Amino acid sequence: MLAYILRRLLQVIPVFIGSTLLIYFLVFAMPGDPIAALFGDKQPSPQLLEQLRDQYHLNEPFLVQYWYYLSGIFRGDLGTTFSGQSVNDVLARTLPVTARLAIMAIGIEFALSIVIGTISAVRKGKLFDHAALIAGLVFLSVPVFVLGFVAQYFLAIKLGWFNPTVGGNNGWNGLWLPAMVLGVSLFATSMRLMRGSVIETRNQDWVRTAYSKGLSRGRVLPVHVMRNSLIPMITNSATNFGILLVGATVTEAVFNIPGVGNTLFQATIRHEGPTIVSFVTVFVILYVLVNLLIDLLYGLLDPRIRYVK
Amino acid sequence: MSDTVPTPLLSVRDLTVAFRGQKTEREVLHGVSFDLLPGETLAIVGESGSGKSTTASAIVNLLPGTGHVTGGSILLDGRELTSLGRSQMERIRGREIGYVPQDPMSNLNPVWSIGFQVKEAVRANGIAHGRHAVRQRAIEVLKQAGLADADRRLHQYPHQFSGGMRQRALISIGLAADPKLLIADEPTSALDVTVQRVILDHMANLTREKGTSVLLITHDLGLAAERAEKIVVMQQGRIVEAGPSREILENPLHPYTQKLVAAAPSIASQRIQAQAESRGILHESDIDAPPAVRVRDLTKDYKIRTGGFRSVPFRAVDAVSFDIPKGKTLALVGESGSGKSTVAKMVLKIEEPTSGLIEIDGKDTEKLTAREVMDLRRRMQPVFQDPYGSLDPLRNIGNTIAEPLEIHGVGDKASRRARVVELLDQVSLPQELASRYPNELSGGQRQRVAIARALALKPEVVVLDEAVSALDVLVQDQILKLLAELQSELDLTYLFITHDLAVVRVVADEVCVMEKGRVVEQGTVDEIFANPAEDYTRRLLDAIPGASIPLGGGVR
Amino acid sequence: MSSDSIATHYVAPAETTTITVDAVRVAEKPTSLWSDAWRDIRRRPTFWISVAIVVVVLLMSFVPTLFTHTDPKSCNLDFSNAGPAPGHPFGYTFQGCDIYARIIWGTRVSVSVGLLATIIGSIIGLVMGALAGYYGGWLDSVLSRVGDIFFSIPYILAAVVVMTVFAQFRNVLTLSVAIGGFAWASTARVVRAEVLRVRQSDFVTASRALGKSNFGTLVSHVIPNAIAPLLVVSTLSLAAAIVAEATLAFLGVGLGDEVISWGTEISAAQTSIRVAPMSLIYPSIFLTVTVLAFIMLGELIRDALDPRARAQR
Repeated sequence: MLAYILRRLLQVIPVFIGSTLLIYFLVFAMPGDPIAALFGDKQPSPQLLEQLRDQYHLNEPFLVQYWYYLSGIFRGDLGTTFSGQSVNDVLARTLPVTARLAIMAIGIEFALSIVIGTISAVRKGKLFDHAALIAGLVFLSVPVFVLGFVAQYFLAIKLGWFNPTVGGNNGWNGLWLPAMVLGVSLFATSMRLMRGSVIETRNQDWVRTAYSKGLSRGRVLPVHVMRNSLIPMITNSATNFGILLVGATVTEAVFNIPGVGNTLFQATIRHEGPTIVSFVTVFVILYVLVNLLIDLLYGLLDPRIRYVK
Repeated sequence: MSDTVPTPLLSVRDLTVAFRGQKTEREVLHGVSFDLLPGETLAIVGESGSGKSTTASAIVNLLPGTGHVTGGSILLDGRELTSLGRSQMERIRGREIGYVPQDPMSNLNPVWSIGFQVKEAVRANGIAHGRHAVRQRAIEVLKQAGLADADRRLHQYPHQFSGGMRQRALISIGLAADPKLLIADEPTSALDVTVQRVILDHMANLTREKGTSVLLITHDLGLAAERAEKIVVMQQGRIVEAGPSREILENPLHPYTQKLVAAAPSIASQRIQAQAESRGILHESDIDAPPAVRVRDLTKDYKIRTGGFRSVPFRAVDAVSFDIPKGKTLALVGESGSGKSTVAKMVLKIEEPTSGLIEIDGKDTEKLTAREVMDLRRRMQPVFQDPYGSLDPLRNIGNTIAEPLEIHGVGDKASRRARVVELLDQVSLPQELASRYPNELSGGQRQRVAIARALALKPEVVVLDEAVSALDVLVQDQILKLLAELQSELDLTYLFITHDLAVVRVVADEVCVMEKGRVVEQGTVDEIFANPAEDYTRRLLDAIPGASIPLGGGVR
Repeated sequence: MSSDSIATHYVAPAETTTITVDAVRVAEKPTSLWSDAWRDIRRRPTFWISVAIVVVVLLMSFVPTLFTHTDPKSCNLDFSNAGPAPGHPFGYTFQGCDIYARIIWGTRVSVSVGLLATIIGSIIGLVMGALAGYYGGWLDSVLSRVGDIFFSIPYILAAVVVMTVFAQFRNVLTLSVAIGGFAWASTARVVRAEVLRVRQSDFVTASRALGKSNFGTLVSHVIPNAIAPLLVVSTLSLAAAIVAEATLAFLGVGLGDEVISWGTEISAAQTSIRVAPMSLIYPSIFLTVTVLAFIMLGELIRDALDPRARAQR
């Protein structure tokens, strides 16, 4: 197990460096003046331009620039936004909100997909299964932001069950509608995965052995089928995290939630290059960390990794 | 006056089972009837598709997929099982009927410890209550099944156990509740022969002590005769013959049983000779000719990654030496991990030896130019074990057989097509198959295609790596006869890799017994079988199921 | 009375036909994997529904005039957010343009982005995955690490960065490269896994033993057998790419205001959501139905090619 942890940690480092380098490369290694390009057709003040050029060490060779940038990240200094605020400050304000949204959404997603996915698998081919599959397909095909707008229009504006925007009311209670929207859009893929996983697990030989011991279905299903089916679900949520990040960004935009995603959204709408780069980097770092955590969790759940022969 | 006829524990009458297809029902058991007395062991013997496993599954109502019982009755101690509801059947399973499945790898849940899974069986059948009692009982049944340090092993996981240990765990699960009937579905087929014997001995002792009736499912007639008092022979969903085991084997009456008995290789069998005249006297020039294959001190080392960052060297093959005279067959026999397949791969130049010499027809295969390697490959061809994986599923049979001709640029399209027809003929397959695909053929037919492909370039040496191990007994017999014919017609030299000593008896002239990478004993087949010098060889010979029973059904 | 099987030797009546061992039994027509899959898939009504939708969408892309004669660019602010009128079934946008016409004309762009991004992603993914899976060793380590790096940047976010930096080049090609150039990583993983599986088959070893070169075996034996999951993933990628175009438009880094696409239409309709929600919902419906069709196709292909399902047929 220790070797597994060490190996995973070692693997993370090149990926971390590589992805941040890639983003940096995309932005700063292109021909032309990257700063001007980042601002597009905006006209920032010359002082800001100079300050940014200095901050990004643009007068130095590319790799040196990147080194400053990387060491900055490790020191916890992620730079400043277009409006001059420190990225760290913005994060401190917005990360908790996004975290709440994400946790609620994941909770809804898992609850729905585990329950519906399992029932679907057990009643494969019957009405419930078909209905669940169709519902899943539809939610899979609708872009998150459309889902958000539709929910906003029908449930908030028309029916008045929720507030159409969140704004300051971003505690646990105020986030129900956006969390449901995000959760439902994620549930579409997870449910199919859970269903497929349960179907496949049910066919495994050890399930038959379990029944042959005289165990009832009420025991075999959770202990021998679902426990095993959850493993692919968990490993999948690692890759799903990327979709969650994008979905959170979009959802925060639709419902005006002051989270990290919204900050990124404001920057993309206003074409504020430096902020975009900083926050995309933040997301990538989050993604890599979460993946690492989930891999380690997986190592704990699967005894084949925990105990080597 | 006492009843001289004991009542059977299990009574099956006219059992029919069908599978629901997309539109139709496919019946797979067409009326199976037999009785099993208390304390008796009965073996159901059959090839694949005979319905033996289906019968076993039907008794405990664990038919796979869409299978269901469509008629007949199953009486356990006078109680009708086919009409039981789900919870009633659950009570019967485990407590009154225990089940030991075939494959120890896939039949244990990898995420729960062995102890957990055994305790589950104990608890579910109400054998013991309370944590301590359940644990004690679990340790007890594991010990009984032959797992000595059971209390240490309780918290270990299936992947930390060897195949034999896992099977013992499965046996202990089956017997945890002291059932009256134990159904064992090919319980040792996936294990090495020496381990098989130990486990079956153990199981026999246990069941004899407890007076358990055993329904043993197997494809091996010898094993059935050795372990069971009665044998039931099934073919395609029907019972063709049933009776006391010795009688069935010494005097089979049904033509199918006779074929089975005749085809089952055993120590007593003779080498399959080609129907054509024997090759007679060696020509003088042959005596001085170099052996077709010569191997000296062949060694192969691998680096195995341990869980951490280190890697330890692992010697898969250790200084192996043998000669194969032209036109003869040498068998490399050993259990899993003996290194025999690695030797085959090195001879075929699919793997590079760490050290040692390989000579084909007198030429060293080590230092060859690319050109010469291609030449060498023309003279040496493989046939592999898995008939379902050795043919590209996307190519039709004709293209598959012609592929070696294409690779080596032999002939043009027309001549290749003619050669394919010729080869199909040689392996007794109809011409029309050339435009068919592998998925339309059975395992035995695919092996024939693999053999045809191997013969396309008119090689001198054919390396057969467990080529018949995955085939049913009758099909295996056909293929071995075909191989013998081809050997005499085309003057082929065979390197025959197998784990089955009984097959060695019928197929080889010389044999090398390998264990853990080294050659333990070698010589002619007659010598080794008559007078094994080494302990390991003796153990292998003893482990052959049915070794002691003379099989009747006619001399070869 | 004695039970008939205690000590007696029971023999079933011998069959009148001789028992042939391993008789050759073949269907009328040769069945390969692909023809089997085709035969299965064409029986399913959902296949034909999906195909119909795809055909209609393609027609809308190539010959929009087949569906509408209204000029999508002729906008009249007097009709801003007006409702449906004869000849204008979906009403008008905020700018007074005909919604229906714009949707029809926007099909070409959205589908182009989808196709192009998928082709780029699939080709890169196939090459990287096949090489990594087949050759193994250090090549696998390097390529997998590269894949991991690209994988850890969600492709939408990467596209955001690219489209921001290359703001002057907001066209279909750039957008497709931005999407496909990052989405290939998941395709590569799928291909690599399948190549690893096929590589272990005996027919691959046999091919090498027959003398075929390593690369030759890869191309003629391994890749054709590993391509089935790629097909499935590609149809799903196509769906995802179409959605990505819309999402990027929403985020403001899409194709720009002059271009008509489903994404730009949906995005532009945001501001009028309270007044005229249908201006957002209509284009969304077209997008959703198209994406649905491709996803269904992908699932059907996966079921048709699944070897286990084949065995049961």
